[in-house]
Amino acid sequence: MTEGCLELNYDIPANDFLHAGEASSSVKKMLNQLGVDPDKVKKTAISMYEAEINAVIHADGGAAHIEIWKDKVVIKICDKGPGIPNVELAMQEGYTTAPDHVRDMGFGAGMGLPNMKRYADSLDIDTAVGKGTTVTITVFLK
Amino acid sequence: MKVLEFAEKFGMKVWAGENKLQNDITGVYVCDLLSWVMSHASKGDAWITVHTNLNIAAVALLTEVACVIVPENINVEPETITRAENEGIVILGTDLNSYEICCRAYECGVGK
Repeated sequence: MTEGCLELNYDIPANDFLHAGEASSSVKKMLNQLGVDPDKVKKTAISMYEAEINAVIHADGGAAHIEIWKDKVVIKICDKGPGIPNVELAMQEGYTTAPDHVRDMGFGAGMGLPNMKRYADSLDIDTAVGKGTTVTITVFLK
Repeated sequence: MKVLEFAEKFGMKVWAGENKLQNDITGVYVCDLLSWVMSHASKGDAWITVHTNLNIAAVALLTEVACVIVPENINVEPETITRAENEGIVILGTDLNSYEICCRAYECGVGK
């Protein structure tokens, strides 16, 4: 535990839509309990949910590490999936590589990364083809 | 308008969330792309979707919609009902289609 910060860790299971979103729901509840401003909670939860779903869909799952500081929430979603060959393209609304069965569930509209960018105050994507992706989302609380 | 009033007025089935029917409906949002819903739905909306998979409960929780309405007598999966109950999400069902639900909501003054 880092001093002054609450840390949470979750596994993100692969292809498991039964549990997809549980980590972000849990973080949302925690932030509500801590009395964080509801708009900040929503920004955090939605950006994290998108990252979580991306890890489920594209990367055989991964891990989420969350740090809640007094002035910010930092979310790292790491996976060992295929990586993103062209981040600029992936950031475009409507661009998707999601398979049909995922799109049938209502995902894969090419809005995941754009939504993360929209709701995060800072978004960092560290990706390498064949190695994986780490998405770091920061939401400032003040 | 309360979810309870709306559901009762149009004979809607309550699939989940019996204890959250006092939520206020302040608008209506219709969309089946979940990321789009997260990006554009507002707190207090009645969200109409034909999806019945587990993720509608997660999206409803994140967007803080007043309720989910599943149109045209579509069956809701038991796993979704369980998750919605656990998360305090209201899911309603109706034989109306999405357009008809919007019209009824408008007639009731929702969003005016």
